[in-house]
Amino acid sequence: MSELLGWKDMPIGGIIFESGSSQRYVTGGWRTYKPVHAQDRCVHCLRCWILCPDSAVLVENGRLVGFDYDHCKGCGICARECPAKCRAIEMELDR
Amino acid sequence: MNKRVPLTGNDAGAEALKDVNPDVAAVFPITPQTELMHQFASYVHDGVVDTELILVESEHSAQSACFGAASAGARTVTATSSQGLLLMAEICAITAATRLPVVMPVVNRAISAPVNIGCDHSDSMFLRDAGWIQLYCENSQEVYDTVVQAFRIGEHKDVLLPVMVCLDGFIISHTMEGVELIGPEAARQFVGEYDAAFRLLDTAKPITVGPLHLTDYYFECKRQVVEAMATARRVIVEVGKEYGRLTGREYALFEPYRLDDAEVAIIALGSTCGTAKVAADRAREKGLRAGVLKLRSFRPFPGEEIAEALRHVGAVAVLDRSISYGLPGGPLFHEVRSFANGGAVLVSYVYGLGGRDITPSDLQCVFAELAARRQSGESDGVFRYIGLRES
Repeated sequence: MSELLGWKDMPIGGIIFESGSSQRYVTGGWRTYKPVHAQDRCVHCLRCWILCPDSAVLVENGRLVGFDYDHCKGCGICARECPAKCRAIEMELDR
Repeated sequence: MNKRVPLTGNDAGAEALKDVNPDVAAVFPITPQTELMHQFASYVHDGVVDTELILVESEHSAQSACFGAASAGARTVTATSSQGLLLMAEICAITAATRLPVVMPVVNRAISAPVNIGCDHSDSMFLRDAGWIQLYCENSQEVYDTVVQAFRIGEHKDVLLPVMVCLDGFIISHTMEGVELIGPEAARQFVGEYDAAFRLLDTAKPITVGPLHLTDYYFECKRQVVEAMATARRVIVEVGKEYGRLTGREYALFEPYRLDDAEVAIIALGSTCGTAKVAADRAREKGLRAGVLKLRSFRPFPGEEIAEALRHVGAVAVLDRSISYGLPGGPLFHEVRSFANGGAVLVSYVYGLGGRDITPSDLQCVFAELAARRQSGESDGVFRYIGLRES
């Protein structure tokens, strides 16, 4: 607790005056199901990348390469929106 | 000499908003507030102000739009009553905790059920712990003056809290009286250019408004609001004094009326204080030294100062135009009593719910009852009603 700021020292109104701080806030622990990517079935349409609310779909050179499990909350939008013919993303119980 | 014109309380609120010329107003109509923003909307339409007027689909949206506009750095206003205030309650708490100094006239009206459009203070009392400053007005003049001051109070860098300017529905909002106006030039000079503490739309300095605070920081955020309210007690007085130098009408946390030598006194909020002053004058004509403490600032609550002002008074009636079910007496009574240190007999009177009239003779009876208690020292049966059929 000692490294946390007291009420006199912290910014007012719950406002964060620093950009990009959410990268340090790991929300992956909230997850119940995790998305698993099947490279062989993926057409790399990147619909999942567009729709992911946590920017947790990792893309390199225009191709889906995996997920940022530190920030993926397991909402399943990526699996749901993956085109029906592909089903390249499956949700699995995250143990 | 400033211009003196006949205005209703709603007109006076609109006139003050017009003279200040806020950046954004987000509004939705509700009786008895409707005319206030209707009048202000006509000023927008006529180009008298350059406020961005946002017509929304509910009060929840009105307060949400205010939250957004104020976060962006705009001087922001809205107004409401009763059910409208309750509908925006969720966002009101967010506006306050995010430290956005929105100014909102609340035209006090009873809350349903049963449906009722008359005056009482149940609506603003519902939000007493929402983190808003609450200033109550006795008449239209005070509405105009208090709305102008509200910007300075809420926007003070050590306060940064939203302000409700409470005026009694119909009793003030729809009755006309002479109001002295300072005019747009003096009002705009008094409130000054708005320099928001932070701006969501300042892309050079990106910020996050409304993030999650869990067990680590939430509690500290709440403590900061406590401090801001404590500071507001000083700022309300400072701004009231400065306004007094400008207009000759000085304002404070409360106004004592014939209280110095009073044996009995009434403490109340809003228009009833005017009625109580008349009753005190009449009681004094009959030899009873009666006084009134008109509380202007309910939040922050100046408990120590009230206790000091009433210290020498033998018996005090605390008038509540709202009710707390399951706890006898109203909220004002309990707050006054929590600071009273022995001495005076304190009697709770709940009155005027749903717009039921309160007259000088009702309050003369209250003064007479207080005088009898002062003589007898009777301290039982202190939870009372005025004008209620008991059969």
